[in-house]
Amino acid sequence: MDVLLLSRLQFAAATMFHFLFVPLTLGLSVLVAIMETKYVKTGDETYLAMTKFWGKLFLINFSLGIVTGITLEFQFGTNWSRYSAFVGDIFGSLLAIEATAAFFLESTLIGVWVFGWKKISKKAHAIVMWLVAAAGTLSAIWILMANGWMQHPVGYTIRNGRAELVDFAAVVFNKFAILEFFHTVSASYVLAAFFVMGISAYHLLKKQHIDFFTRSFKISLVFGLIFSILVVIGGDMHGVHVAKIQPTKLAAMESHWETSKRAPLHLFAIPDEKNEKNIIEIGSIPGILSFLGYHDFNAEVKGLKDFPADERPPVLISFISFRTMVGLGAYFVLITIIGMFLRNRLIESPLFLKVMFLSIPLPYIAIELGWVLAEVGRQPWIVYGLMKTSDAVSPIAGSQVLTSLIAFILVYGLLGAVGFYLMAATARKGPVFN
Amino acid sequence: MDLQAIWFFLWGLLWTLFFITDGFDFGIGTLYPFLGKDNHDKRIMINSIGPLWDGNEVWLITAGGVTFAAFPLVYAVMFSSLYSALMLILFALILRGVSFEFRGKVDSPIWRKIWDTCIFVGSSVPAILFGVTFANIFKGIPFDGNGVYHGTLFTLLNPYGLLGGVLFLLLFLEHGALWLAIKSEGDLHERARSTANKLWPLVLAAAVIFLIASKFATSLYDNYFAHPALFLVILITVVALAGVKYFLTKKAFFKAWFSSALTIAGATFFGIIGLYPSMFPSSINPEYSLTAGNASSSPLTLKIMLVVVVIFVPIVIAYQVWAYNLFKGKVTKEDLSYDEAY
Ligand code: HDD
Ligand code: HEM
Ligand code: HEM
Repeated sequence: MDVLLLSRLQFAAATMFHFLFVPLTLGLSVLVAIMETKYVKTGDETYLAMTKFWGKLFLINFSLGIVTGITLEFQFGTNWSRYSAFVGDIFGSLLAIEATAAFFLESTLIGVWVFGWKKISKKAHAIVMWLVAAAGTLSAIWILMANGWMQHPVGYTIRNGRAELVDFAAVVFNKFAILEFFHTVSASYVLAAFFVMGISAYHLLKKQHIDFFTRSFKISLVFGLIFSILVVIGGDMHGVHVAKIQPTKLAAMESHWETSKRAPLHLFAIPDEKNEKNIIEIGSIPGILSFLGYHDFNAEVKGLKDFPADERPPVLISFISFRTMVGLGAYFVLITIIGMFLRNRLIESPLFLKVMFLSIPLPYIAIELGWVLAEVGRQPWIVYGLMKTSDAVSPIAGSQVLTSLIAFILVYGLLGAVGFYLMAATARKGPVFN
Repeated sequence: MDLQAIWFFLWGLLWTLFFITDGFDFGIGTLYPFLGKDNHDKRIMINSIGPLWDGNEVWLITAGGVTFAAFPLVYAVMFSSLYSALMLILFALILRGVSFEFRGKVDSPIWRKIWDTCIFVGSSVPAILFGVTFANIFKGIPFDGNGVYHGTLFTLLNPYGLLGGVLFLLLFLEHGALWLAIKSEGDLHERARSTANKLWPLVLAAAVIFLIASKFATSLYDNYFAHPALFLVILITVVALAGVKYFLTKKAFFKAWFSSALTIAGATFFGIIGLYPSMFPSSINPEYSLTAGNASSSPLTLKIMLVVVVIFVPIVIAYQVWAYNLFKGKVTKEDLSYDEAY
């Protein structure tokens, strides 16, 4: 099998697996920090139990986030060596800065948090969790800056056969990266909020630890509502920017073939990539796509046919991922608003609790599909407009990559199963009160 | 010194810090099945590195990241050439990392046995493979002018490469045994101390053989003969290794551990200095070799990264020292009674 396909599969598997854990780390660290702060302020032991219970879940998730991140750091060299040589001047520095400025802080302090309960004051201990959360966010900033540069390269010049840095500020303040950061971080907070609400709902349905889980639920409900709204606002701004910077991605995610004014939005369609049209279009509303992309109902939107066939991303995947993500985004806003109305009689609302419990996986799906859209929609480019993915792959033997791909699938499959099993068991067991 | 030279030595320094810090974790993880007689001992062993191993491992990520940032071509060719070895290391590190967290979560001997095995494999395999790959780098790697590697994983398993693997493993075992002696009490402490004592002559022998073999297998000594003052580095390394024995006899375990850290630093720098300015030499044709001069990033990137490293690395070292200090002293029964302990 060819190295390119295998490397893409491997990279996709490795990043998507890493990103099963990253969002919960980002979001739950903040929630745990809030709980611990409440404990320090009020001295109420329930908040301490909350900190410990959610903290335990956080730690299992965190350990998987860490070990899966390490392989990513090296895969640019192992599998994408041509890419690394071409962009290292810029992309490599962002990764290195992430490690020095964020990972050290996060990893060192998490050790202090776990083992330091009796070694530092209560207040310092809560501050440590805030710093862990801050370090996680910091790492997200730098890695998304790196990804943002692949989506929209800026601040470089082509010299010595590679992209060399000329304007660091342009790279740091790349609008694409900033939008990615806000969208991804708010999405992560949504995920964490739904995680806490879902597990709380499970226990509330069983009528156990009612006070404990009602409080947990309410804290994350507010958090979830705020960030569900922000995800949608950020996503809309993101879409507008994508329309400007990556017209091929916009056309693919909307399955839009012919350049037109008052471009329609299809609620549902099945694209036929061979014949360059949609087989089925259902619920097409004229002007909406123009509006979403340019905030103007009459704006012209370029269709896929205006781009050479070898510069178009896979349409079906982009289209479906986008639809699903947006649909789920609307659902998250709706359900958290309903939650606000029911928040003082959660116990009497078993249906709502059941829905919340079953909703735990949904933000995971939305987040993964968001990345699929961002990355698959960027194809065939690895750096948009600058380098093709097919030119980026390492000159190595396919058999090597096949072996490592199989190892990834086996090891990650097992670890994922064990990790989620442990999380489920810990969640089901409920809190321990001293 | 020019920017590229500064970066070359910073690169060496970051690898050194990684070997010093994660080195004793690898050592303890490898000694684990032999010194940990029962579950209590085992828990003392993992909790002795519990709060620290993750921060230690970030030195690896940083060494990798800095290679990418400052010498992209080295990052590209080195990691793709050493594909299989690196993947093995990474998978080992994955297993080791989750084992600490998972092991205590289910109360069953079989469950613990599984993760105990992962800790052993996850610690010993990287220790050996880092030695094997670095020795091979000292020797030269068969890759051509397009950065294409002509060999397999087994190409690396030549006598000199394996010797490097043995040397690294022994250095880390000694380092780990000393750390355990610092952190443990009673029987376990005794076992750690006597292990460190027994390992010492082996480390010495491996180091001497390695120094001699390097004369024949590599051209590392060229730089030393050109600038004889550099032999001082080798001298310091040997003195540090002697110091390990000296302090061990005096039961000054922390000083012995510190000497061992210095020995590891010396051993790494022995190679780094010998390599200069080469970073990834080609054994096919010296002209293909990647050097600090022909593989580096642009001056602007090197400057920005220098500022970053000069600001952050001291800060990182400061709070890591703070964390080490916070967790100094023996790991006791009480430490294991917390819910969060491994
Ligand atoms: C939006 C955020 C985000 C994104 C897009 C990524 N990561 Fe990540 N990563 C994190 C956010 C994060 C985190 C929240 O900071 C983690 C998760 C768990 C953890 O401990 O830190 C982490 C851990 C983590 C670690 C372990 C750090 C440690 O030992 O402390 C490494 C080496 C990487 N990541 C590397 C990468 C690479 C090379 C990525 C790109 C392909 C990547 N991550 C995508
Ligand atoms: C900053 C972070 C990231 C960087 C630098 C990055 C970079 C890359 C690179 C180099 C490829 C290989 C090219 C290819 O296979 O097409 C790729 C593909 C891919 N990435 Fe990312 N990625 C990042 C984050 C993510 C995350 C977090 C996810 C999802 C969880 C993700 C999902 C994917 C997928 C699904 C592919 C496969 C696309 C395809 O094969 O068509 N990426 N990305
Ligand atoms: C409801 C409205 C939403 C809109 C309009 C929207 C819009 C977008 C757009 C246009 C992209 C592609 C950006 C790119 O190509 O880089 C994107 C990516 C993404 N979306 Fe959404 N999204 C929405 C909801 C959500 C939700 C609910 C989640 C998860 C909880 C989510 C998670 C993500 C992630 C993780 C990415 C990839 C990272 C990034 O590019 O920012 N989105 N979104």
